[in-house]
Amino acid sequence: MKQSGIRINENNIIIVATLLLIVLLYGFGSFSFTGFFSMQVFLNLFIDNAYLIIVATGMAFVIITGGIDLSVASFVAFVSMVSASLLQHGINAYLVIFITLVIGILFGAGQGYLIYRFQLHPWIVTLAGMFFARGLCYLINTESIEITDNTFIALSDYKVYIMGENYISLGAVISLLFVAGAMFVSKYTRFGRNVYAIGGNVNSAKLMGLPVAKTTILVYTLSGFSSALGGFVFTIYMQSGYALHLMGMEMDAIAACVIGGILLTGGVGYLLGPTLGVLSMGIIQTIIMFQGTLSSWWTKIAVGFLLFLFILLQRLIVIKRGKKKILSLSEPTSKPETAGQHVTIS
Amino acid sequence: MNSEYMLKAENISKAFPGVKALSDVDFCLRKGEIHSLMGENGAGKSTLIKVLTGICEKDQGQIFLENQLINPGTAEEAQRLGISTVYQEVNLCENLSVAENIFIGREPKKKGKIDWKEMYQKADQLLKESLNIDIDVKQTLSSYSTAIQQMVAIARAVDISSGVLILDEPTSSLDNNEVKKLFEVMRNLKSKGMGIIFVSHFLDQVFEISDRITVLRNGQLIGEYQTNQLSRTDLVSKMIGKEWGESSNTRKKNAPKFGERSFLRTNRLEKKGSINPIDLTIKKGEVLGLAGLLGSGRTETAKLLFGIDSSDEGVLVIDNNEIKSMNPRLAIEKGLGFCPEDRKVEGIVGELTIRENIMLALQTKKGMFNYIPMKDQRVIAQKYIELLNIKTPSMEQRIENLSGGNQQKVILARWLATNPKLLILDEPTRGIDVGSKAEIRKLILELAAEGMSILFISAELEEMVACCDRVIVLRDRYQIGQLEGEQMSVSNIMEMIAEGAGVVEAGIK
Amino acid sequence: MRQALNNFIQTKIFWPFVALVLLLVINFIMIPGFFQITVKNGHLFGSLIDILNRVVPLLVIAIGMTLVIAKEGIDISVGSVLAITAAAAASLLQTTSVPIAILLALVIGLICGLWNGILIAFLEIQPMIATLILMTVGRGIAQLITGGQILTINNDAYGYVGKGFLLGLPFAIYIGLAVFGIILLLKKKTALGLFLESIGTNMSSSKFAGVQPKKIILIVYMISGICAAIAGILVSSNVSSADANNAGLWIELDAILAVVIGGTSMRGGRFFLGGTVIGALFIQTLSTTIYSMGIRPEIIMVVKAIVVITVCLMQSEEFRKLVKQLKWKKKVSEA
Repeated sequence: MKQSGIRINENNIIIVATLLLIVLLYGFGSFSFTGFFSMQVFLNLFIDNAYLIIVATGMAFVIITGGIDLSVASFVAFVSMVSASLLQHGINAYLVIFITLVIGILFGAGQGYLIYRFQLHPWIVTLAGMFFARGLCYLINTESIEITDNTFIALSDYKVYIMGENYISLGAVISLLFVAGAMFVSKYTRFGRNVYAIGGNVNSAKLMGLPVAKTTILVYTLSGFSSALGGFVFTIYMQSGYALHLMGMEMDAIAACVIGGILLTGGVGYLLGPTLGVLSMGIIQTIIMFQGTLSSWWTKIAVGFLLFLFILLQRLIVIKRGKKKILSLSEPTSKPETAGQHVTIS
Repeated sequence: MNSEYMLKAENISKAFPGVKALSDVDFCLRKGEIHSLMGENGAGKSTLIKVLTGICEKDQGQIFLENQLINPGTAEEAQRLGISTVYQEVNLCENLSVAENIFIGREPKKKGKIDWKEMYQKADQLLKESLNIDIDVKQTLSSYSTAIQQMVAIARAVDISSGVLILDEPTSSLDNNEVKKLFEVMRNLKSKGMGIIFVSHFLDQVFEISDRITVLRNGQLIGEYQTNQLSRTDLVSKMIGKEWGESSNTRKKNAPKFGERSFLRTNRLEKKGSINPIDLTIKKGEVLGLAGLLGSGRTETAKLLFGIDSSDEGVLVIDNNEIKSMNPRLAIEKGLGFCPEDRKVEGIVGELTIRENIMLALQTKKGMFNYIPMKDQRVIAQKYIELLNIKTPSMEQRIENLSGGNQQKVILARWLATNPKLLILDEPTRGIDVGSKAEIRKLILELAAEGMSILFISAELEEMVACCDRVIVLRDRYQIGQLEGEQMSVSNIMEMIAEGAGVVEAGIK
Repeated sequence: MRQALNNFIQTKIFWPFVALVLLLVINFIMIPGFFQITVKNGHLFGSLIDILNRVVPLLVIAIGMTLVIAKEGIDISVGSVLAITAAAAASLLQTTSVPIAILLALVIGLICGLWNGILIAFLEIQPMIATLILMTVGRGIAQLITGGQILTINNDAYGYVGKGFLLGLPFAIYIGLAVFGIILLLKKKTALGLFLESIGTNMSSSKFAGVQPKKIILIVYMISGICAAIAGILVSSNVSSADANNAGLWIELDAILAVVIGGTSMRGGRFFLGGTVIGALFIQTLSTTIYSMGIRPEIIMVVKAIVVITVCLMQSEEFRKLVKQLKWKKKVSEA
């Protein structure tokens, strides 16, 4: 009965589909455009999307519990704003990083508390969080603030060389480490497993004596932290703080999770998924860029179409799961006849 | 106190608003025994279990676990004390692997991280040794049948438990072989000294597996019996509540006036896993009863006729037209009405007013754009409020604010307003006051006299005998017989439920 | 009279109404001339007229949203649908006449709503997720229609819809009243309201009584789509252009807020069209107040966020329990 190795099942079918999609898209790009198939073009996907990888991975934890966090994009913008503003006032760069991370944790924990303690809908609470963070941005400054701090510039210019001339940025390194950490947490810690259990069936999780309250609040805290970290990475990437940064990015993060196989109904998904989702969206963008004549809004339409396909795929899996039971204690041959017939003892 | 007791509950009382769910109930579970808890709806079985497992707080009484006074406040605490429960609805996480479901919250760790290898090995070993099943524990739980999921739940419970295991209707979704397998496991656990509380609606299973039976009725302890000293008939009468041989109420109604023309007829209508093939005919103006214990298929039959559930096989004929696929909307068009058993969930629409609740079915019959003018609505609502004697200050009250009996009358009014040809009444008198009960019974007889057909389901057999022209008896999801005229008495019905009508049963096999 | 007042206090509209009045009183005290209405060229002008005029797109969308929320759903694609229909109308006007352009824009809104409805009723995707798809794609489609530019509209007849005056009042106000009236008529003169509230309160009881939820869900989302289309026409006509990126940005949030303030619960069931009107007016008055008081307009978002959370907390049973406990403790400690 026992097997080892990788099997395609309902848990990983989406991730297999996503990998296939990436290969196809990348193959298509390489075939169609000269200069597409280069190491640096590939690495640029990580450099340009480092913040999104971090934010989407943090969001994945929330989605696996069956919740959502809409405040992420606004919060990334907020972090860019706070960092730029604090640096303008001459505060130490590392202290600034520390402060923004702490604010992220507190912000996330606050949202989590409201959601769990008062049983408010996560969409509504984080929607308010989104307004709140964006509004605070405007309050700090409505104009874009340039960052001139030396430490931030140094961090921004920092390059890690891979195979000769090719490099990735510090942000990309942070994002990859974050993903690795997230994968470890999801697989090897009780917190990680409880996240899945809650997403699978909250009532069962309660009856099995799992710490549902703590885990729920912690998950939003984690998402707040990852938004802050993503915000930091984004800030050194953009070198500026601006209230209008990343309008609507929360939808990109959700789309990345969906395309990466995180089930929106909760309970299922690998933490590598969001990264793959981000990459496939990044490749689409790169293709459209290389193509030259297509306008940028085609990215939105293509991503939206992918989103639709993957939501449909998710829905099919959920429907199928309700029907399929591969093993039963009864002999398969005897089942149709005996099903339901009552036990007779004499 | 005797130390052979594993778990002992004394003088347990529990009241919910308006209902005394348990009064002064004692219950003892000994080491190495399987003890069945029996009772009809509202007997207090589930409340007792909830009290024992810490989900419900008791008002009075004491619980001892191996002579230690315990007072579990949450499910988690009961679990820690060693009382584990497996519920009818498997309370596990389908998205996780089998091994995880057994060990979640208690995962083996190595160097601070979860040791998956160890976990898989332990799970595998546990399933093989104590339950004798060999499955791939790395697979997600959702890929296994309900039976295996149940086994996994039991494995988790056994691993946590220190000797008390509660199985709350574990067999209701299992087939024969699966039940056999479960019983093997239970016997195995029993031989290891575990005490098992078993709750089931299936009489046969209870007699096969249990050593002792405790019967509850209306929140009171009827008694504790050794299984081998109790006959089925005795058990049924203790559950339903009339002593054997007591003068059986025969029909007081006048001789039937209904014609021979059948209004509704089924031919081997069935839904797999819910109700086995059933043949019934309802004539115009006839009151047909469906008798049987809880879970015998009475409600399932009603839902099939009204199109809430769809049938897999068989034929349904209404007014000489064969209905291919039934749905509630079509049922209403064909002149059916259905007062469901679960009034709160399936009957009332809580936020709406009495008037709106009464108008709902008539309005669906007329269609969305054929709105009944407010003036007419008031007239209709007022008519039924008076006719059924619904006690309310105004028809614009929310139905939530009414008492159970009055809510039931509103649901009745909802269907009467559609002027149905066949009214299906599933436990219309359950959980309501005595006065309303009598009124509803009287109404049933009046309606039938006016020519309406009625399918009547009730757990109270006297009520059935008093109201019905004919009774079809169900047991364990099978139609086992029919009684009418002089034969139709409480004792005969009980006997048939307990022993089955040999001829009919043989026909099925 | 007293009885009538008491009845009014009992209704869900009372508190939002009080909040609105309070806001107006603040305006009366703080801003001189707030209530002043002048007549210029036979048209009425003034802050109040301005509020009534500007609130219409939000109001129309919020009315559609009220129906959607009543069945325990949500439609977050309305902003994108608004952008699509605005773009479509603007681009159609280059080739066709005004009535046809408006009609086609309405049909597009209807199709968008139908799409959402099918995903929700037949594929049984959660409303938030289903409408998320159109929300994401919608702006892309709008940009596709406009070719990425801001389309300008030079058509006086079309401009009348959003900018014109009728009998001294902005024409848009009449459209708002008409939409409100039609939906009110649907609620009062057909069984849609009854079925909707029934499904939103108790889905299984409703099914047992023969209500067909799928049909109702389709209708409700189609109405929401048409409402978004009407708002799209109003907005594009008012500013004489269609901006795929910014038209109707975040209007879904304002609409949800208006509905919730108006007393309709996110858990579905009873819905209050009058409450939604008050809610929408409250939001618009709040914005106008902040602008005219010279407070930095950026603070609106923060205020809205706080209002949303407060309103939701007040609807939360857990919160009410907590408040009750606190009151009880206070009583105990006083005794």
